[in-house]
Amino acid sequence: MKRRGLFLLQLGFTLLVCAFLVVPVILSMLAGLTVNYFIGVESGLTLRWVMEVWNGYRETIFLSIGLSLACLAVTLVLGVPTAYVLAKRQNALTRTLEEMLVLPVAVPGLATALALIVTYGSLSGFRTSWAFILVGHVLFTLPFMVRSVLAVLSAIDLKTLEEGAASLGAGFWPRFRDIVLPNCRQGILAGSLMVVTLSMGEFNMTWLLHTPFTKTLPVGLADAYASLRLEVGSAYTLVFFLMIMPLLLALQAFAKPRPAKFVAEETE
Amino acid sequence: MRHEVRRLILLLLPAGIFFAAFFLLPMARLFFIGGSGKTGWAAYAAIITDAHYFSSLLSTLGVAAATTAATLVISGISGVFLQRHKFPGNAALVAMLTFPLAFPGVVIGFMVIMLAGRMGLVGQVTQALTGEKLVFAYTIAGLFMGYVYFSIPRTILTVMAAAEKLDPKLEEAARSLGASPWHVLRDVIIPGLKPAFISAGAICFATAVGAFGTAFTLAARINVLPMVIYTEFTLSANIAMAAALSFVLGIVTWLVLAVARTAAGSSVAAAG
Repeated sequence: MKRRGLFLLQLGFTLLVCAFLVVPVILSMLAGLTVNYFIGVESGLTLRWVMEVWNGYRETIFLSIGLSLACLAVTLVLGVPTAYVLAKRQNALTRTLEEMLVLPVAVPGLATALALIVTYGSLSGFRTSWAFILVGHVLFTLPFMVRSVLAVLSAIDLKTLEEGAASLGAGFWPRFRDIVLPNCRQGILAGSLMVVTLSMGEFNMTWLLHTPFTKTLPVGLADAYASLRLEVGSAYTLVFFLMIMPLLLALQAFAKPRPAKFVAEETE
Repeated sequence: MRHEVRRLILLLLPAGIFFAAFFLLPMARLFFIGGSGKTGWAAYAAIITDAHYFSSLLSTLGVAAATTAATLVISGISGVFLQRHKFPGNAALVAMLTFPLAFPGVVIGFMVIMLAGRMGLVGQVTQALTGEKLVFAYTIAGLFMGYVYFSIPRTILTVMAAAEKLDPKLEEAARSLGASPWHVLRDVIIPGLKPAFISAGAICFATAVGAFGTAFTLAARINVLPMVIYTEFTLSANIAMAAALSFVLGIVTWLVLAVARTAAGSSVAAAG
């Protein structure tokens, strides 16, 4: 009887926490579709604010999508080989390298952005291009790609697989392409989702790195919150939610535990 | 063998060059610029010696500590509960609790405004109940709320993963020996989850110390270090002081995470 009470108490508490997280999301979605939020939903529903956002801030959406895809491409090129090396050689040196790579996540984005500005801010062609923001995003997301791929590579018996292929006469590149990459495909996929989601939402660095011509979605959001009416800010947030929702759902699916991987798994 | 070492180095090279050019070099430069202002290297001590900076350091650490404590209690209760009791709707609750995982700080700030802002839910409810409108989004209490909001999803995930590995037999043994639920919690569950609490708590603390987006959305009046750095850099154009302060801030967050990592094993941190 006592345990049942305890159960209900915990359930009630958890429901409250859920409400704390979900209610503001619903409120803001509603506000973005309401004619006048001050009066309430009775004032009617409208797509006017969403259209206003689309007309005023369309570019930020395209820039953020482009930026996150470019960020993904760079983190793949830099991150997968790095993870491979870290998985191959586990010693003090590679552990230090891994620790260092995580630094841009541990250090506040504000500090990293300031460091980039004082070092490269005078190269005006670079400073005013979106590549400047890209550099910041890559620094911030690279550890997630490396960790995600590394986690998969450490779970399989890479050495045996590679030795097997090598004994059959496969050189390094065929081995990398046909053995290593297919085996860490899940890690690459999970890492990619993480990289795109994080890049899409990055604000701490981007606010300092952006210029009036390189505004990303979160920068536009901050802009709209500060200067436009609540309904427009909400509509903009709604657009943002719609964009990251599929990414978040995919990430959640990946967060579930996967069946253990075996060394002798068949690849098609 | 030597051939292979050379190949591994070659594979590391792209990331290495990128990292050295865009992180190590800029950070070194930031360090020197921090010492190049009017006050010279004393700028690095200003965070302690200057009353204004020191008070914002204290409020930053205070908010971060409160956020960490509140998040750990909330996520600890809900995380263990959801891991232990599988009931219909459990998966939906977990999905809702982890959904805001990748909300950027600015959006979190806006969520706080929706709850506790001038047109927020809390204001409406309190006005209906007491006739007085409670609005606290634009103060340090609002910031605290935002950081807790931000930290709950990732902390719950960590707690659930750790709770899954706890051996239920230990609890049963404790119970069969007559331990009350409170004793089981204190002597079995909490010690078992300690590593998860330490690493998740460190991440909460570090993000609350270094985050900027939420404070930026809520108000410039909130006196926390990231806002002070931002104002020094933009309004006062005091780049040296901004550099020194942000370098110190970086060291603080890095230290917190490093100490926690040695205490609890590794885990990835995520700032927003």
